[in-house]
Amino acid sequence: MTRPATGRRADLWPARLHIVTGKGGTGKTTVAAALALALAAGGRRTLLVEVEGRQGVAQLFGTPPLPYEERRITGAAGGGEVKVLAIDAEEALLEYLEMFYRLGAAGRALRRLGAIDFATTIAPGLRDVLLTGKVKESTTRTHNGHRVYDAVVLDAPPTGRIGRFLNVTAETAKLAKVGPIKTQSDGVQALLRSPMTAVHVVTLLEEMPVQETVDAIDELTRLRIPVGQVIVNEAQTPLAAVGKVTQAELRRGLTAAGLPTDKATVTGLYAEVRDHRTRQELEDSLRGDLAELGRPVLELPLLSGGVDRAGLDLLAAALLAAPTP
Amino acid sequence: MSSDLHPPRLDVDRILSDPGVRIVVCCGSGGVGKTTTAAALALRAAEQHGRRTVVLTIDPARRLAQSLGLTELDNTPRPVKGVSEGGDGSLHAMMLDMKRTFDEVVLAHTDPAKAAEIFANPFYQAMSSTFSGTQEYMAMEKLGHLHAQGEWDLIVVDTPPSRSALDFLDAPARLGRFLDGKMLRLLLAPARAGGRSVFGLVTASFGVFSRVVQKVLGAQLLTDLSGFVAALDSMFGGFRQRAEQTFQILQADETAFLVVATPEPDAVREASYFARRLGEERMPLAGLVVNRVHRSQVPGLGADASLAAAAGLDESGEQAPTAEALRIHASLAALADRERAVTAGFSAEFPHVPTVAVTAQPADVHDIDGLRTIGAAISQP
Ligand SMILES: Nc1ncnc2c1ncn2[C@@H]1O[C@H](COP(=O)(O)OP(=O)(O)OP(=O)(O)O)[C@@H](O)[C@H]1O
Ligand SMILES: Nc1ncnc2c1ncn2[C@@H]1O[C@H](COP(=O)(O)OP(=O)(O)OP(=O)(O)O)[C@@H](O)[C@H]1O
Ligand SMILES: [Mg+2]
Ligand SMILES: [Mg+2]
Repeated sequence: MTRPATGRRADLWPARLHIVTGKGGTGKTTVAAALALALAAGGRRTLLVEVEGRQGVAQLFGTPPLPYEERRITGAAGGGEVKVLAIDAEEALLEYLEMFYRLGAAGRALRRLGAIDFATTIAPGLRDVLLTGKVKESTTRTHNGHRVYDAVVLDAPPTGRIGRFLNVTAETAKLAKVGPIKTQSDGVQALLRSPMTAVHVVTLLEEMPVQETVDAIDELTRLRIPVGQVIVNEAQTPLAAVGKVTQAELRRGLTAAGLPTDKATVTGLYAEVRDHRTRQELEDSLRGDLAELGRPVLELPLLSGGVDRAGLDLLAAALLAAPTP
Repeated sequence: MSSDLHPPRLDVDRILSDPGVRIVVCCGSGGVGKTTTAAALALRAAEQHGRRTVVLTIDPARRLAQSLGLTELDNTPRPVKGVSEGGDGSLHAMMLDMKRTFDEVVLAHTDPAKAAEIFANPFYQAMSSTFSGTQEYMAMEKLGHLHAQGEWDLIVVDTPPSRSALDFLDAPARLGRFLDGKMLRLLLAPARAGGRSVFGLVTASFGVFSRVVQKVLGAQLLTDLSGFVAALDSMFGGFRQRAEQTFQILQADETAFLVVATPEPDAVREASYFARRLGEERMPLAGLVVNRVHRSQVPGLGADASLAAAAGLDESGEQAPTAEALRIHASLAALADRERAVTAGFSAEFPHVPTVAVTAQPADVHDIDGLRTIGAAISQP
């Protein structure tokens, strides 16, 4: 059906639907965008989807708010193309109802009333099944027998909500035992539990994000939803490991460099080195916790100038270059 | 240059020791250190200022919760071990249990039979644990409750992890509007026919709505939904009244809001939004805590000079450890400069808001000693 995936990309990112989660603020939106760019390299087409109604992708690319519509946001190396879709639960529900019930003006009236907002608010499981249903539709859509997208990347809800978000059948089953919603959620569930899907977890080398990563992977595993990579974001290139250095050594070194050697300078520098080492030991132990998960772990660098287009390309390249352990 | 502005220093000891201050609220965007700051301030109030203190934490990191003795979510303040309680001071801590607090509100407003009916309703179950805004509403509710008990000299409140600090102020009102909104009233009086009612169009399309919901989700769902709504209806007044009361407490002089931010553009921008909003709501902003600030410990040595010296040592091929130390210093000094520039943006807009910087500890803060260190750092910058 689609062109065969080649080389590293296929080894590293074998799934078709890539779901990116992580603790709030760890870089989900950034990493999802970089992955969509990476997977579009070499003339491919990818779709970057956001579902939280926050226009994070528009902010990232510096465009006006994106409508509920698949739009080209940027090109990628070798004629590739990234489209983006900001799914809105209300629009998705209307689209869905239109498809099955031809509501017309009544649908619009319902919307004015806030009925749709109400329905999706009071039953969050309903909102989620609409969102994941739309994701499934774009992932599996074909045109003339070819898949429309080589890969779909979802900027997903944070780790705290990811299990509930993806476990759609269980959530909707509480509310709807039969009917089209039930059928829809069963279809979504089948895709999410298949090798077509991979959930990647973004973390920082900090205690809480790592803890949430461990918890989320545990939860997803129990739900039998396939976990992909653990992505350590904003990793600092470690300066060469400093062994134990004494104040006397520092004083000699400062003298050699022609710098002041007063007590305040020596003790200040000494304290900085000590704190730095403590920090590195902590990071190493967190890396150890992540390694214990037995999943591939890859690291993305901290971009000191913030995330601009050049930065995204850099992250995209890092996503493709990463070696699988 | 704006970075030369020096906002007044925030004196937390004055706030914590002031008997007129009964509530301290720590707000800020996600992950900036609200929970840590709240716990550290509460500990300090108990140990240094002899106040009977309770800290209401929300989703604390696991190890911090353990250190505070919060092994279960039981919604009751528990004494914290390892606190040196000189004089009258004491420290209790509790962790907000959102669902349980919601249950307690229901029980307070209705009879046990009706409450049982509400608890069993699947919509109640979904809403009490997942509705966005429920956590904020319940935090306010719990604060109002602790305040009404009158057992405490000082209540220190942590706020839920949310992207925007504003959610804490907005969510309760949003939930209140939702609970006594048009939709619920419509559901309570389902349309029989369109036509003659003043709400003609509305009820007509509402009839469509129920039919659609019936088709899509099944009839049981509508029955559950109207059951839920009918049960809640008896409590609307109570819900709203309580939210309004708590809002008034937050506007009173006995409350001090502290905005917490890290020296990063997003967090500082959120802090500005929040400070502006507190002004509009006439809520007392006591100050800004800039948390996890990096500081050069050799202020006389700039980043560039330090790098140049390291390069010189490299060439000589000797003193490698010092060269490395100088590079560590250079990156720290550069980071400190960037952070100062970011924070200056806030001070330029709010030159009169007292501010204090708290140094980033090399490791996470998860025990009483660590909290004491943070408490000391907030007080003696
Ligand atoms: N590798 C990086 N280097 C530097 N800054 C980064 C990097 N990755 C992300 N950031 C910055 O960190 C902040 C948070 O990133 P992002 O918005 O992608 O996180 P998120 O997980 O999507 O957040 P939210 O939970 O709020 O949706 C942004 O300001 C972003 O520019
Ligand atoms: N001054 C500090 N130095 C070092 N680490 C800190 C400091 N303040 C907080 N931390 C650490 O930062 C992490 C986040 O802190 P905390 O949980 O207090 O933030 P929060 O604002 O409550 O987060 P959330 O929005 O998720 O509730 C914790 O691991 C904590 O130990
Ligand atoms: Mg995001
Ligand atoms: Mg917190």
